[in-house]
Amino acid sequence: MHEYPTVAKITYREALKQAIREALQDNDRVFLMGEDVGRYGGAFAVSKGLLEEFGPERIMDVPLSESGFAGTGIGAALGGMRPIVEIMTVNFSLLALDQIVNNAATLLHMSGGQLNVPVVIRIGCGIGRQLAAQHSHSWEPIFAHIPGLKVLSIGTHEDARNMLNLALKEPDPVIIFEYTAMLNIEGEAQSDLEVDIHRAKIRRPGKDISIITYGPGVYKSLEAAAELSKAGIDAEVLDLRVLRPLDVKSIIASVSKTHRALVVEEAWKSVSISSEVISIIVENAFFELDAPVKRLCGAEVPIPYPKHLEDACIPQKEDIVNQIKKMMS
Amino acid sequence: MISSQHIEKEHGKGLLFQMKRIRRFEEKSAEMYTKSKIRGFLHLYIGEEAVAVGVLNALTDDDKVLSTYREHGHALVRGIDAGAIMAEMYGKQEGCSLGRGGSMHLFDIKKNFYGGNAIVAGHLPLAVGLALADKKQKKDNLTCCFFGEGAVAEGEFHESMNLASLFKVPVLFVCENNGYAMGTALKYTHSMQDLEKKGDCYNIPSAAVNGMDIMAVANATKQAIDEIRRTGGPYFLICNTYRFRAHSMFDAELYRSKEEVEEWKKQDPIPAFQKLLVDQDLISKEEIRKMDQDIEQEMQEAVDFAEAGTWEPVEQLTKFVYSDSLENR
Repeated sequence: MHEYPTVAKITYREALKQAIREALQDNDRVFLMGEDVGRYGGAFAVSKGLLEEFGPERIMDVPLSESGFAGTGIGAALGGMRPIVEIMTVNFSLLALDQIVNNAATLLHMSGGQLNVPVVIRIGCGIGRQLAAQHSHSWEPIFAHIPGLKVLSIGTHEDARNMLNLALKEPDPVIIFEYTAMLNIEGEAQSDLEVDIHRAKIRRPGKDISIITYGPGVYKSLEAAAELSKAGIDAEVLDLRVLRPLDVKSIIASVSKTHRALVVEEAWKSVSISSEVISIIVENAFFELDAPVKRLCGAEVPIPYPKHLEDACIPQKEDIVNQIKKMMS
Repeated sequence: MISSQHIEKEHGKGLLFQMKRIRRFEEKSAEMYTKSKIRGFLHLYIGEEAVAVGVLNALTDDDKVLSTYREHGHALVRGIDAGAIMAEMYGKQEGCSLGRGGSMHLFDIKKNFYGGNAIVAGHLPLAVGLALADKKQKKDNLTCCFFGEGAVAEGEFHESMNLASLFKVPVLFVCENNGYAMGTALKYTHSMQDLEKKGDCYNIPSAAVNGMDIMAVANATKQAIDEIRRTGGPYFLICNTYRFRAHSMFDAELYRSKEEVEEWKKQDPIPAFQKLLVDQDLISKEEIRKMDQDIEQEMQEAVDFAEAGTWEPVEQLTKFVYSDSLENR
């Protein structure tokens, strides 16, 4: 029933849009609500044309009330719907954090199992568009800290195309991080792929070192791995994809194979996803390690506007290559 | 002074019975708190009984109800067993939320009772969402949401009123204005104290009523519901009331005078309504005695039920952080 080719070279934006469109076609209970998702076409044009196709009952523009409409989505999920709530950017998500933490993540346990909350909240995220300190955040660790949430990070076109529909089948709240700096990147997105949103995924197998990453780190790590292979270093790239609950088995399996690990993420270093991944490695696979685990993370500063300073805030391909060469020498 | 009007005999007796049940239940709760059987926060509804009874009697079983952390009265009137509520406050697994919520988090989905919410105004967006889900599924019930005047100062109140009106969803917003946001009086927390005027800002019809007068509350609720049924949109009802007891068991009540409390007690809704029924020959002294006796017995049985309850095994601590599957619903 869907007219998309099985494998297509499309932008990350188009992959996200096809996923939303498919979800709306597949289930009458699904609707999209968010700021500017309808008449404007989505702040990043992800939902462009969907209002015309599905109408205002399914594509709902909302006022600038992040707590109000996130909570409304949570309430609608309690009432039997399958809402997709779009929070335009992660920068505004703290305004909805009370609803997400105190209601979405809490109601099932606090009610003794009576209320599950099948809401999907999509959040535009990331650094790299010279938007300065209030519009350049990587707050995946904040959300990954919270029991009751499932937190996904879309680092590839394949996941942009396939994660949403699976998230909508989850009985519990799912937070999906999408990366606005990746919207125009073209890549292959297979639409009928078997995707497992409970597992990390090896994007490139290797035997010498594990690069453990997520989000924008995935393509950067793959590029770094390609360059390293010319130097005779065979790096494995493990895309975590699921930031809560973390796929402990896949992390241990990769490190047990390569015996070295570098964790790459854009979020601030302290109390981050990398902190947790390294704890998992040390707790579970310490004796597998041939060298100390290292990490490349976001610089712990408010992200500045100028391009050269912004670039210096997050790990780049060259940083990954240099770090691994050091670790392998 | 209770509004003088024709009262149907059984209906009048039923209202008195419900108010007395709440009063006695709350007195029993305070007693069990002082015996350390109940811990945590305990917020008593004594003095405000006419609001819960007047409003909830006008609803149908299909209507959804959300309340605050001062919700024992609402839960009782909604039909949750007194024993299940008392057991919940004891923290026993026979409680209506498996003992996990305690006094502030009573849930019973079979009774369409959605808590027991303890972040002030945090449940208002949920009410909008539940009503939105009902509207989308073409159900004809409404959602009734209780909150205090403290919540009216929160952003989520304003966001929810705006959203409910924009989406035109059937929410009965019931503000129980007891004059104090914990210990700070209305005049120190609201720049404009005629709360019903806030409905106009959102194009929502509203009314203020004497919340110590059960018949006035019942009539105002009936009018509100008629209006909701007519328009399909929300309604804002303010019930001006007073709590005779402290905010919680920790409250030393330094912010109001004993004289003020005594003055309000002259408006106690229960003796006033009982006198009206007696004066109109709708209830006999013997019937009152029997009613009090039945309530006493019910509340003693509730305590006995809670005492006999069992603790949830620690092994179940992590159960319901996530659902096992949607079919559990």
